[in-house]
Amino acid sequence: MLNVRLYLLQRLSAMVMAPLVLGHLAVMIYAVQGGLSAAEILSRTQGSLAWGLFYGLFVTAVSIHAAIGVRVIAHEWLTVSGTALSALTWLVGLGLAGLGGRAVVAVVM
Amino acid sequence: MSKFLDVTIWRGDATGGDPVCYAVPARDNQTVLDVVTWVQRNLEPRLAYRFACRVGVCGSCAMTVNGKPRWTCRTHVQKVVAGNALNIAPLRNFPVIKDLACDMAPFFDKWVAAEGRFHPTMTRNDPIAPIRPDTPARAVANAGIECINCGVCHAACDTVQQNPAYLGPAALNRAWTLINDERDGAGQVRLVAVSGDGGCHNCHSQQGCATYCPNELNPTASIAGLKRVTARAALKGEL
Repeated sequence: MLNVRLYLLQRLSAMVMAPLVLGHLAVMIYAVQGGLSAAEILSRTQGSLAWGLFYGLFVTAVSIHAAIGVRVIAHEWLTVSGTALSALTWLVGLGLAGLGGRAVVAVVM
Repeated sequence: MSKFLDVTIWRGDATGGDPVCYAVPARDNQTVLDVVTWVQRNLEPRLAYRFACRVGVCGSCAMTVNGKPRWTCRTHVQKVVAGNALNIAPLRNFPVIKDLACDMAPFFDKWVAAEGRFHPTMTRNDPIAPIRPDTPARAVANAGIECINCGVCHAACDTVQQNPAYLGPAALNRAWTLINDERDGAGQVRLVAVSGDGGCHNCHSQQGCATYCPNELNPTASIAGLKRVTARAALKGEL
């Protein structure tokens, strides 16, 4: 259910996420200081390659990490296995990547 | 303590069963295995259970005692009795053959699947290999070598319960001792064996194995070692 490749992917994606989560939390605290509005957020993010890369990487890492985590839970608690388990893993991963990617594009472009 | 213990023993087979109550004379010094043996000799001759050495070496008498896996020959009743009650059942995570006797075959199949066999690099005609006891690898191997294959760690492991393909703490602990044995020549084969879908990476490090191991081994630490060496090998492209 969890081989060395998936194990490494989940650990490496967690290592990527750790500093990004801290950065995300820091920006959230900073951003609400002067009130929170869509215009204020977009003024910071639109056209910014740096924020696009920051959240693009974040979404990629989350998609990989969460998909493998859900895979483990689905197998151990719901007894999903075989092709269905692989399909669920891909569905969660691609779903999160699609939704997250769409959000990143919306605030950066 | 009362003069009699309220002993409940699970009776049945692979198709199902029920707990049955027995009154067993309480002694100042008696093990759980003594209690089971007394029941078989005095009340229930058809009671099936397994034991051999009675001194904690052979690993054949493990059962579930008041909800926890124990080696019954070295478990004193006074240390585990709940009030006056002793609930004895077969080991968790093992198929039941009859009453308290479990089928150990799947357990040892996993031991073999984890490449738990020693692969010698010399023959019996070669001189005995000099092994220094103070090398780091030998110290790591020695830390896990006293496993008696009683199955207590396997019964204590929630991952084994929820993921039937998982090789389990005993098999993986064995693999780790062999990986650190300089006389063994199958290191690469063993790394592959413990890196598959049921391999060491499924361990959640909950440490049920280490908590209940009667020989106070730490299979979780062994599995962590396997995770380290397999991850390193995978990053180098060797797996």
